[in-house]
Amino acid sequence: MSVLIFLKAAIHAGTPLLFATLGEVLTEKSGNLNLGVEGLMLLGAIGGFSAGMITQSTVVAILAALLAGALGGLIYAFLTVTLRANQVVTGLSLTIFGTGVAGFVGKLFMGRNLPENIKAVFGARPLPILSRIPVLGTIFFQHNVFIYGGYLIAIALGIYLYKSKPGLNLRTIGENPHAADASGINVNRYKYLHILAGSAISALGGAYLSLVYVPVWQENVTAGRGWIAVALVIFSMWNPYKAIAGAYLFGGLDIIGFRLQQINFPLSQYIIDMFPYIITIVVLVFSSIYKKRDHSPSALGVSFFREDR
Amino acid sequence: MIRISKRLELPPYLQWLIRASSIIFALIIMSVFLLALGHNPIKVYSAMVTGSFGTFFRFRKTIELMIPLSITALGILVAFKMKFWNIGAEGQILMGAFAATFFALKFAYLPRPLLLILMAIGGSLIGGLWALIPAFFKVKYATNETLFTLMLNYIAIKWIIYLQYGPWKDPQQAGFPKIPDFSVNATLPTLGGIHVGWLILIALVIIAHIVMNKTKFGFEIAVIGESKNTAKYAGMSVNKVILSTLFISGALGGLVGMMQTSGVHGTLSTSITGGIGYTAIIVTWLAHVKVHLIPVIGLLFAVLIQGAFFIQTAFQIPHSVADILQGMILFSALGSEFFINYRLHLVKNRRAKRVVK
Repeated sequence: MSVLIFLKAAIHAGTPLLFATLGEVLTEKSGNLNLGVEGLMLLGAIGGFSAGMITQSTVVAILAALLAGALGGLIYAFLTVTLRANQVVTGLSLTIFGTGVAGFVGKLFMGRNLPENIKAVFGARPLPILSRIPVLGTIFFQHNVFIYGGYLIAIALGIYLYKSKPGLNLRTIGENPHAADASGINVNRYKYLHILAGSAISALGGAYLSLVYVPVWQENVTAGRGWIAVALVIFSMWNPYKAIAGAYLFGGLDIIGFRLQQINFPLSQYIIDMFPYIITIVVLVFSSIYKKRDHSPSALGVSFFREDR
Repeated sequence: MIRISKRLELPPYLQWLIRASSIIFALIIMSVFLLALGHNPIKVYSAMVTGSFGTFFRFRKTIELMIPLSITALGILVAFKMKFWNIGAEGQILMGAFAATFFALKFAYLPRPLLLILMAIGGSLIGGLWALIPAFFKVKYATNETLFTLMLNYIAIKWIIYLQYGPWKDPQQAGFPKIPDFSVNATLPTLGGIHVGWLILIALVIIAHIVMNKTKFGFEIAVIGESKNTAKYAGMSVNKVILSTLFISGALGGLVGMMQTSGVHGTLSTSITGGIGYTAIIVTWLAHVKVHLIPVIGLLFAVLIQGAFFIQTAFQIPHSVADILQGMILFSALGSEFFINYRLHLVKNRRAKRVVK
């Protein structure tokens, strides 16, 4: 039973990672490496929290988080797509900027609790029928609506990327923007749209932390999860379906150290905290050894300039 | 209709004029924000400068920030020159600090000069080896170094936290998780009131300038950065150069770790870096990967950080405003490069467009 409770908690802990990862997958599929996920999550966290505090409305809170993320994505897209700035440096700058904005706005709400009505919306709502499935029902279908939203977005993203025309175009851009351009795809428009959408989804990961996971404003609420998301994108090989498994696995690793500490497990929780990063490195190395199975978009990190050939 | 084309290289003074105006542009945008908060922006900015240089204590704090930023940036520079995107300085600093702390705690009985030299060598060695790991996989399997070095940062952070809460916890702190303070023998001496790191910085800038611009090794790094194939045809042992360069890159980070523990904090914790490894990337980039500009941009960022601490107490402006300001300056500087590398043509109609093409 306690294993079941742990797995259920792993889903809870993995959900912010899932949103952040899915958003970054979408961005990276367009060929842009955005290392500003941490900043986007913080923007989403403060956008959602402050809007929730002011308007007392859940819908507005979620919309504000999406908008905050999209605005962060817009800055990133304008610099890297239109002005062709270095993507790594721009991403790092976005994290600094997001940390600053969240810290500044957050000062107004330091330690304050979310209104009860918003907390109530995100209470546990077991799904009819599905939640009665033994084991799986308990782990997956006795959660809040935000978590169900994560499942839906992951699946929708998978269908979009692998089964739809725009998804195919997007993947082409990530692999070879010049070929995409030659076949009549508007590369920059695609990049903009998907960076904005991806950033908004990543920001939802931050909103999950401030609206559901912690529900009190605290400085630096993301605590490095944005970077884990960057790792998760590699771990899941840029595949939204694998991102589901990866995010919950890493979510489990996030909380297992503390729990093992309580039963006097011989390995330190701080050593266990390294595992997500070690696993990611192993995946990174193996995918580069077996080059054929490397799933990273070929043009990742390279600016597109039409006149360059 | 606007068309874009690549520019021939602008004269350097124009390039720097554009870059300088981009920073001024960011400061103006920030002024609007400060005005909205009810502050006089000119007063705030000048307070940032007096907060960084006004007294000797503030000056010392500023230089103590400039030293690690600039030395780390030099380490990043040698890697970036080769287009090896080492963003793992944060971890290289921490692992160097770990090695230095090992000697400081376990060999505290050694005479001061010997102990300090051991700490510096140990720190550089471990920092260098930490950077060699991704470099090895890069040359062997072309593993993506950006993501690899990034992951290693987090492993280094967790390692230091592990030491702090576990094996190296000071038993005299009554349960408070803290690594013991260094003895006097393990503390960097000061010269002119500031730890000797400033002398090391000056020496390193001169050495790096000579190595990068006047030696065969520096030339090889530059050629590999431009094209690995050219380097191979020219008969350079590319892999060897990549590995040695990355060792130097990490070793400089490791040395910074030693200086931060020994010269500034007197102990080891994750806060000895406080993001220096990431800020230094930006310093390197803003300095346009040029050695002689590193100390200049390093000082600029030291003033930004130290000045922000000061206006926090002087004006009750939250420290996060410094992050926003840094972000603005970066966005603006990043964007300005576009106008240095490309030119815009206003084109009236389609026929004209073809002519330009």
